[in-house]
Amino acid sequence: MTDQKNPFSRTLGESLREFGVTRRGFLKFCAATASLMALPPSMVPAIAQALERAKRPSVIWLSFQECTGCTESLTRSHSPSVENLIFDYISLDYHHTLQAAAGEAAEAAREAAMRENEGKYLVVVDGSIPLGDPGFSAIAGISNKQMLEETVAGAAAVIAVGSCAAFGGLPHASPNPTGAVSVGDLVKDKPVLNISGCPPIPTVITGVLAHFLTFGALPELDELGRPVVFYGQSIHDRCYRRPFYDKGLFAETFDDEGARKGWCLFRLGCKGPMTRNACATAKWNQGTSWPVESGHGCLGCSEPNFWDAGGFYKALSIPDSDLTRNLGYVAAGGVALGAAAGALNRSTQAKAKQKHETVTIDDLDKKS
Amino acid sequence: MSESIDFLLWVRGPGFDIALVIFVVGILIRILEILVIGRRPDYAEPRGAELGSGLLTLVTRTAPEPGVFKRSPFTVVGGYIWHIGFLISLFLFVPHIELIHATLGLKWPGIASNLVDAVAAVTIVTLIAMLFSRLNHPVKRFLSGPEDYLTWLVTFLPMLSGYLAYHRMIDPYTLGLGLHILSVELLMVVFPFTKLMHAFTFALARWYNGAMAGRRGVQS
Repeated sequence: MTDQKNPFSRTLGESLREFGVTRRGFLKFCAATASLMALPPSMVPAIAQALERAKRPSVIWLSFQECTGCTESLTRSHSPSVENLIFDYISLDYHHTLQAAAGEAAEAAREAAMRENEGKYLVVVDGSIPLGDPGFSAIAGISNKQMLEETVAGAAAVIAVGSCAAFGGLPHASPNPTGAVSVGDLVKDKPVLNISGCPPIPTVITGVLAHFLTFGALPELDELGRPVVFYGQSIHDRCYRRPFYDKGLFAETFDDEGARKGWCLFRLGCKGPMTRNACATAKWNQGTSWPVESGHGCLGCSEPNFWDAGGFYKALSIPDSDLTRNLGYVAAGGVALGAAAGALNRSTQAKAKQKHETVTIDDLDKKS
Repeated sequence: MSESIDFLLWVRGPGFDIALVIFVVGILIRILEILVIGRRPDYAEPRGAELGSGLLTLVTRTAPEPGVFKRSPFTVVGGYIWHIGFLISLFLFVPHIELIHATLGLKWPGIASNLVDAVAAVTIVTLIAMLFSRLNHPVKRFLSGPEDYLTWLVTFLPMLSGYLAYHRMIDPYTLGLGLHILSVELLMVVFPFTKLMHAFTFALARWYNGAMAGRRGVQS
């Protein structure tokens, strides 16, 4: 944003060098990105070359019904990394939290970026869009829905960052008081890429941006519109605690022996088996750790409706109803019905016995 | 995916409730009917005790008669394999124990999931082989009615869907797991009203046979 007037004046390579990123550091980033995106090593020089020459694409970041956690995830790295420099040195022309401009000037910056880069800019959205009442969430008097429609009209692609933008997220949670919907629910005529997570992994966001800069196109997406390279496998499949699951060794509470020994957290409600994300491999806070490593089960935050998926601390396969606790009453009902059925059968039997007429040899003789 | 979570929540919630009520109430009705109707009093002087022979028969009938085994070894061996495999998959797979613990409060140690996986694979193959045998053997086919095929299906589906869910062969996982739970609910609903009740009534039948033989002083 330092370069608001002419966002295309410098290449990404120039910007990175200016900020003291060495060639070695840059290549390391390219190699890590290539491996993260499951590209062959031969692609590393191509990525480096493409990124080196890439003009800073204009990015308009729209924040709707959100908590700013996604922006925090991206910007609060421990030290300046290549990831966040790349993030900084895309031409971020509009971002509520990060931009200096305010009020009309801010909106003017958005409109200018849209005009100047018609058909080429990227729109990044975090937060869901309320359809219930435009007043639930509006910016500069413009409803979220209107702003999204306006901004997306001339965009090359839309990236929905975070589970709110991708799937509706927490605002969408039952009973969904604002009528929140995802970006994909509204945008049908542009490519929409979902980077889900609450928040998403920073490396995944920069990885997608790097892919866009390198190939000029969005990566391959899964059925939920998420890049397959990052969301192709479940947490469970890549979890370092998986061997304990297979051996049947589980932590029963958060402070028992099993928990201390790092056993599987399935019984404590880990949603790893249903969740597709790169946490187990990419990790958080620059590879320091991730939820399961720090002793808490996965919440499934990169999956739609994770908030309403039946309780964070309940194992996936466990029925969630009060009936199981009241099985005694069900059994009592069964016993009562069984006894009633038995009594009915007995009375039928008794009646049959009463009606039974004894036939003697004399009776038979009479008839014949 | 969001639909599949809703589906999972339904089969895990109201669906399970419905199936559990039908299962528990149905089984209790069937067993109590048998117990309440009782047996005709035997006024003859007993020649031996009922208890020992009754209990013994509960166990001895688990082994096949030598003649039966000679005549149809495949049916006997196949029957053993899949019954044992089914019971191992049902009662020794850790997530199942977890379910029973949450439902009934009972808990026991499980075995390694990959071991259960291998057992499940053998069970599935055996069940398919048993169906082929039923369809191809003229006598078996003659003796089989719709109920036999229905009970085969509701026994087979939980095994198959469980295997697919464990190996995550159905995407999304929540759909696979939901289908597995649904197939078990189908089994639970069909269970009390078909020959599947033998899982409970076998004990009554064996007891009556053994006890009656014991009372008459003959071998059961």
